[in-house]
Amino acid sequence: MGRWLVLLLVLAAPLRAEEVVLGLSRDEVAITATFDGSEILVFGAVKREAPIPDETDLDVIITLAGPSERVTVRRKARVAGIWANVDAVEVDAAPSFYAVLSSAPLDTALNAVADLRYDITIPRAIRSVGAPMTVQDAEAFTEALIRIRERAGLYQVLENAVDLEEDTLFRGRVSLPANLTEGPYSTRIFLTRDGSVVDVYETEIAVNKVGLERWLYELSRNRPLLYGLMSLAIAIAAGWSASTAFRLLQR
Amino acid sequence: MAIWVMLIYLPIAEVSVNAVLLLGLGGLVGVLSGMFGVGGGFLMTPLLFFIGIPPAVAVATEANQIVASSFSGVLAHLRRKTVDLKMGTVLLVGGLVGAALGVVLFNYLKAQGQVDLLVRLSYVIFLGVVGGLMFLESLRALLRTRSAGGAPARDRRRHTWIHNLPFKMKFRVSGLYISVIPPLIVGVFVGILAAIMGVGGGFIMVPAMIYLLGMPTKVVVGTSLFQIIFVTAFTTLLHATTNFTVDVVLAVLLLVGGVIGAQIGTRIGTRMKAEQLRILLAAMVLVVCGKLALDLLLTPSEIYSLGTGGH
Repeated sequence: MGRWLVLLLVLAAPLRAEEVVLGLSRDEVAITATFDGSEILVFGAVKREAPIPDETDLDVIITLAGPSERVTVRRKARVAGIWANVDAVEVDAAPSFYAVLSSAPLDTALNAVADLRYDITIPRAIRSVGAPMTVQDAEAFTEALIRIRERAGLYQVLENAVDLEEDTLFRGRVSLPANLTEGPYSTRIFLTRDGSVVDVYETEIAVNKVGLERWLYELSRNRPLLYGLMSLAIAIAAGWSASTAFRLLQR
Repeated sequence: MAIWVMLIYLPIAEVSVNAVLLLGLGGLVGVLSGMFGVGGGFLMTPLLFFIGIPPAVAVATEANQIVASSFSGVLAHLRRKTVDLKMGTVLLVGGLVGAALGVVLFNYLKAQGQVDLLVRLSYVIFLGVVGGLMFLESLRALLRTRSAGGAPARDRRRHTWIHNLPFKMKFRVSGLYISVIPPLIVGVFVGILAAIMGVGGGFIMVPAMIYLLGMPTKVVVGTSLFQIIFVTAFTTLLHATTNFTVDVVLAVLLLVGGVIGAQIGTRIGTRMKAEQLRILLAAMVLVVCGKLALDLLLTPSEIYSLGTGGH
């Protein structure tokens, strides 16, 4: 029995020589009425039994991905002098938010094989099946999706944004913009050595509307008629009381 | 500076905007609508596009706001008995049909990715036509008052083709005995506009009631408000149940600014001459129209756009 155990440990040891131990500054983000963005600090350590191997380079990559959704990318063209949407390509699943942080430039911290396997870079994180026959340059549409979301701060590539100290302690900061989609945000931490992944740690951060925001949103989706009637009643009451108050002030 | 920037997250539009800006916009449009005696929906909706509210949310929310801002007006007219309830009901029946048709068209084009274009194009056409006509008309009126002598009064009881249509009905308050077909058609048309553009449609309905139906000016405003309040309420419910695009937080912010602005506007309006007011309003309508038209004609900086959901 004892001999088996030793054997198992010997077999297992090279696979998990280095492991991620993680901390998060927060594991949930609340979207309130005054929400204008948020920041998440991801920090942790590399746990190892053996001394630090120094013949290869250790890097840390952190990804944070919002819930994936189907996105229609449309392209405008001039039709009779007016710019109108003409072509459209469906992207089957694109994360509503995606950030990649790394301790070194991505092309050194990550090799192509690891990216293919773990879908780490932004183009890999987007899943697109096929474009309609009428559209020849489908890649232009995915590029546009990335460009538009990068400009909105929804897609971020932050190379060298992970501080890695003594090949052991690491931390990275992700700033979330105000226009967040709610849902579970999956957080992954990769340890790489010479671009190959040696350990992955996954966890989730919950992003939710709370309080009045949550209540209104849920009501509008689940009981739309009631929500519509309530909106009318609230608006009428607000308008009527504002005008009454103003008239009273005049006297 | 901090009090001028109070970001608020709109739960349905899903964007974060400056609440002070919204109150200010509501106030500004309120001042204008008080000055000129118009609903202001046709100015507010394009302004909401300009600050980044998705057009579908702007249209649906504006319909909600119009119900509320017309509410006290309808009450006042009902008290003064300046509402032709029978005519209002006929216009309303048409309006409800029109609103339903409008929402069906709206949702169809939304699925095709063409709804922004539809809304913007409708605005360019209507603001262009209405603003242009108003500008010419008030320019002519200004010139006429200078050269003295008014235009000959128009006989509203003149016999036209409208009086030959079937299904006649007696409208006692308006003193009319006409076919229900023209008011129904006017109602349908205004209903479609309400659903697609998020406007009350008073700027179309009031002239149509005076010139086409021959209603006395005294009951025109009250009757049109009576129709508008129900048609926009119906439109709000249709958008809320099919598109989920009514943002009540946005509506209330615009409304509070609007109600206060309207009171100030009414006071400014009484100090100015009617022709001057009309020409000013016409100029403003044309400016908004021009801005919207430029957006459609100039090469956009980003020709791609994203829509979530898909089909």
